[in-house]
Amino acid sequence: MSIDIDTARRVAKLARIAVPEDDLPKLAEELSGILTFMEQLNEVDIEGIEPMVSVTPMQLKRRADEVTDGRQQDKVLANAPDAREGFFAVPKVVE
Amino acid sequence: MLDHLAFETPKPKVIQGAKHDWELVIGMEVHAQVASNAKLFSGASTQFGAEPNSNVSFIDAAMPGMLPVINEFCVEQAVRTGLGLNAQINLVSAFDRKNYFYPDLPQGYQISQLYHPIVGEGEVIVDMGPGVARRVQIERIHLEQDAGKSIHDMDPAMSFVDLNRTGVALMEIVSRPDIRGPEEAAAYVVKMRQLLRYLGTCDGNMQNGNLRADVNVSVCRPGAYEKYQDSQDFSHLGTRCEIKNMNSMRFIQAAIEVEARRQIGILEDGGEVVQETRLYDPDKNETRSMRSKEEAHDYRYFPCPDLLPLEIEQAWVDGIEASLPELPDAKKARFVTEFGITEYDADVLTAEAENAAYFEDVAKGRDGKQAANWVINELFGRLKKEDHDITESPVSTAQLGAILDLIAKGDISGKIAKDLFEIVYTEGGDPAQIVEDRGMKQVTDTGAIEAEVDKIIAENPAQVEKAKQNPKLAGWFVGQVMKATGGKANPAAVNQLVQAKLGL
Amino acid sequence: MSQLNTLTIAEARDGLRKGEITAIDLTMSCMSAIDAAGALNAFVHHTPEIALEQARAADERLKGDEEAPSMCGIPVGIKDLFCTEGVPSQAGSGILKGFLPQYESTITGKLWASGAVMLGKLNMDEFAMGSSNETSVYGNAVNPRRRGNDAAELTPGGSSGGSAAAVAADLCLGATGTDTGGSIRQPAAFTGIVGIKPTYGRCSRWGIVAFASSLDQAGPMTKTVRDAAIMLQAMAGPDPKDSTSADIPVPDFEAALTGDIRGQTIGIPKEYRMDGMPDEIERLWAEGTEMLKAAGAKIIDISLPHTKYALPAYYVIAPAEASSNLARYDGVRYGHRAKLAQGDGITEMYEKTRAEGFGAEVKRRVMIGTYVLSAGFYDAYYNRARKVRALIKRDFEQAFDQGVDAILTPATPSAAFGLGEMANADPVQMYLNDVFTVTVNLAGLPGISVPAGLDAQGLPLGLQLIGKPWDEAGLLNVAHRLETDAGFVSKPTKWW
Repeated sequence: MSIDIDTARRVAKLARIAVPEDDLPKLAEELSGILTFMEQLNEVDIEGIEPMVSVTPMQLKRRADEVTDGRQQDKVLANAPDAREGFFAVPKVVE
Repeated sequence: MLDHLAFETPKPKVIQGAKHDWELVIGMEVHAQVASNAKLFSGASTQFGAEPNSNVSFIDAAMPGMLPVINEFCVEQAVRTGLGLNAQINLVSAFDRKNYFYPDLPQGYQISQLYHPIVGEGEVIVDMGPGVARRVQIERIHLEQDAGKSIHDMDPAMSFVDLNRTGVALMEIVSRPDIRGPEEAAAYVVKMRQLLRYLGTCDGNMQNGNLRADVNVSVCRPGAYEKYQDSQDFSHLGTRCEIKNMNSMRFIQAAIEVEARRQIGILEDGGEVVQETRLYDPDKNETRSMRSKEEAHDYRYFPCPDLLPLEIEQAWVDGIEASLPELPDAKKARFVTEFGITEYDADVLTAEAENAAYFEDVAKGRDGKQAANWVINELFGRLKKEDHDITESPVSTAQLGAILDLIAKGDISGKIAKDLFEIVYTEGGDPAQIVEDRGMKQVTDTGAIEAEVDKIIAENPAQVEKAKQNPKLAGWFVGQVMKATGGKANPAAVNQLVQAKLGL
Repeated sequence: MSQLNTLTIAEARDGLRKGEITAIDLTMSCMSAIDAAGALNAFVHHTPEIALEQARAADERLKGDEEAPSMCGIPVGIKDLFCTEGVPSQAGSGILKGFLPQYESTITGKLWASGAVMLGKLNMDEFAMGSSNETSVYGNAVNPRRRGNDAAELTPGGSSGGSAAAVAADLCLGATGTDTGGSIRQPAAFTGIVGIKPTYGRCSRWGIVAFASSLDQAGPMTKTVRDAAIMLQAMAGPDPKDSTSADIPVPDFEAALTGDIRGQTIGIPKEYRMDGMPDEIERLWAEGTEMLKAAGAKIIDISLPHTKYALPAYYVIAPAEASSNLARYDGVRYGHRAKLAQGDGITEMYEKTRAEGFGAEVKRRVMIGTYVLSAGFYDAYYNRARKVRALIKRDFEQAFDQGVDAILTPATPSAAFGLGEMANADPVQMYLNDVFTVTVNLAGLPGISVPAGLDAQGLPLGLQLIGKPWDEAGLLNVAHRLETDAGFVSKPTKWW
């Protein structure tokens, strides 16, 4: 399976990483190389195999329904590139 | 006990296009916020209306290295909801990540359950009026995280993001495309809301967005739907569009109506409906395409590696089942059979669990029909005037019961009872004592009434003559007697005496 | 006492307990060594105030508390992947520039609670993606080892390259590392130190920047196996904040170091004998096998038939998880946000921020991960890789079912290579560095790299021991025996 330039462009878009048009051919080539490497997996007989879930069987941890966190607006916003009036500010989103 | 009263299936809504008739096919995804104190995967509060970004843990804000731990009560609430919908409970379910970029989705993914939801197939019966209902199959219920809130109108160039809602637990309840018209769709949401409130798993507050629906609408020619039903082959149905985020019954109906007409217009012009996500604009009464959602709808679901599969025990599920309250359908059926009230009244009385409990308390050991009348017409009417709900009623079930008992004993007339009710409503007190203290007791002593009748006949000879000519005028005498006794005379007794004395 | 920084943790502990040395002196000795080792570029954020404060507190505690934990007063370095409160934590990435966590990772919290002293944050490959520390935003970390008198700079390995360089150069007594595909064991082997990746779930992941959640596991990097046992003790244990951490009691690891491995069965997997493997590594492996045999272990040949598929499976699973884990770096709540041009909207903000903030390798893996999860490819790649992963785990289970206690393999297919030497290789060439280590992550098992010899150019080579799930104690004991018998004492010649 090889990745063409359109696919590389689409993947970059999905991943929200700007890739200059000139860099797409090289990216497509690199991604294709990695995919070819992965294709060895097609040799493996996986009939009837369940995907691995955990190292040893374990119960999923659960919490009680108690409020133990939050009330720390200052800390939540402390690292924000742009915080205003208690909100995170981002360029206008059009729905 | 009956689970549900017998019903007939309603006819699907038919819309007349320019060329032919069309039918609607509707499926719903109801997003119900789980009633819980803390969020699904963090210990931050779910409280509505807090300062922006104050009910936010580092997990909700997706700080680097933060990990989710599940709130067990939210799991219990989803199971309870599933049981309330007679649904399959999956003892093993799992969480997946749904990946997309949006400023109010800090992780860049929503933790949801695509591949293995906690609840499987169930059903709900949507009442469309006495004796008519639609059985709607539930496909699944899964648990997922809510997103935060983006506010677009605080600044001309910026959107503001508040993460208070981020990570609150939602149940997404997915129906099959079994709903056949706008009214049914609204009724479906009403019924779902009622069920959730009975179960206590969601407060159903649509204004705050705690209950909202995505509506999938398609249209087809008459007959096509039956083919789909027989074959379960979706290709018999039209291409659907999803109208997102509806939180009012009225808008749901309007949006479906206008979306169906849009699709019919396209089809009749020889075009094709494009499967997409749309938004309803109530001001313009139209739906429009949500391009932002379409752009990246490759969600790249995969099992969330931060969480193991969720395994629950049958015994735990059984415990939850044993604790379920009587649900609306069963309660309604029981009210009809046990209290002899109409299905209509039973419907009104069971709309909210608290109303039903109130009624039942009043009706027990009394005339059910009369109790229903008083609860619905007097009490609900009075409460509504002041925009109160039943939990705020100043009249207790004991007080209203006492009023009904006074009527039954003949101590007061229906009319006096209404006055008494008003006194109890505004001033409180023991109804029997009030009747006693204020001399409101009905006079049934014929001697006293007879004296009064005689007096009025003696004082009004002209009226007596007229009445003898025209017996209909006897009512005037009855009115005079009632007036003279302050309404306390037994009207039947007065009438009988007046008739006799006038020789009619 | 001028060389306190060269002590092992065990030696320092004993000295501290006896009052022969103080945590302050020990810490200052390390701080001077760090100041003199700028050329290694191992420490990228220095925290002298915190270090001295913690050292002072440790000295107090050691005076009053005879039961003070072994790590009390021990100066350590912390991989930049761990979030440390109020201290820059960038995961070696430009996208987290300026990020100051308002919280402390569970593991570092446990270390401080046991009295350990933080010297600073250590260099690493960006988001732990790399095998040579060349993808770091801070620039390369440099191996204190050289090829004889050749001044060419060598890689300390990756991704925990800064941790390995710092411990090997005696800048700290121990360091935290994390290991997703070999990121503790490979750099340990390249620098001649010990590194253990515990069983998945033994150490909490809470507060460690996630790379691939189902594979990431933290562990100690130290000068000796005993030190690894001591430091792991302080790091391990269940954490209610990490759903994947195991509620399994932590045994006394140091007490398990009896050196007695008589009657134990050591498996030698034939699939690890790769074509083109350097003779020196082949020989080292054979010597290691002989040593364990001489120590009374039973040696058996085993087969782990799916070994060959571990690397491709890993390079599907890890990037897939990473593509999702790294979606949060979007310029909204922390870290870098790109300067926007007129008319740029939210999508441009995401795309520019991530293009500027991530380095080439991270971008490549995020895009590969995005691709393998995208519609139509999920089953062909991701789900298939998860099933192959189950088969790899089954291979190990079958070996353990045969009575194998531990498995001996080489740690790496080569000694440390030169920085920049792989610059023109295609990405897959670099991935081959993980060929012996990655199976262990996929199966969730504990693995340890022990320095066991030198190659012809004087560079250290490591052997890897793989243990049964939750049997770090047994694994450390075999490693301890191997370390003792290999008698590895070589230290880098100071050139920096």
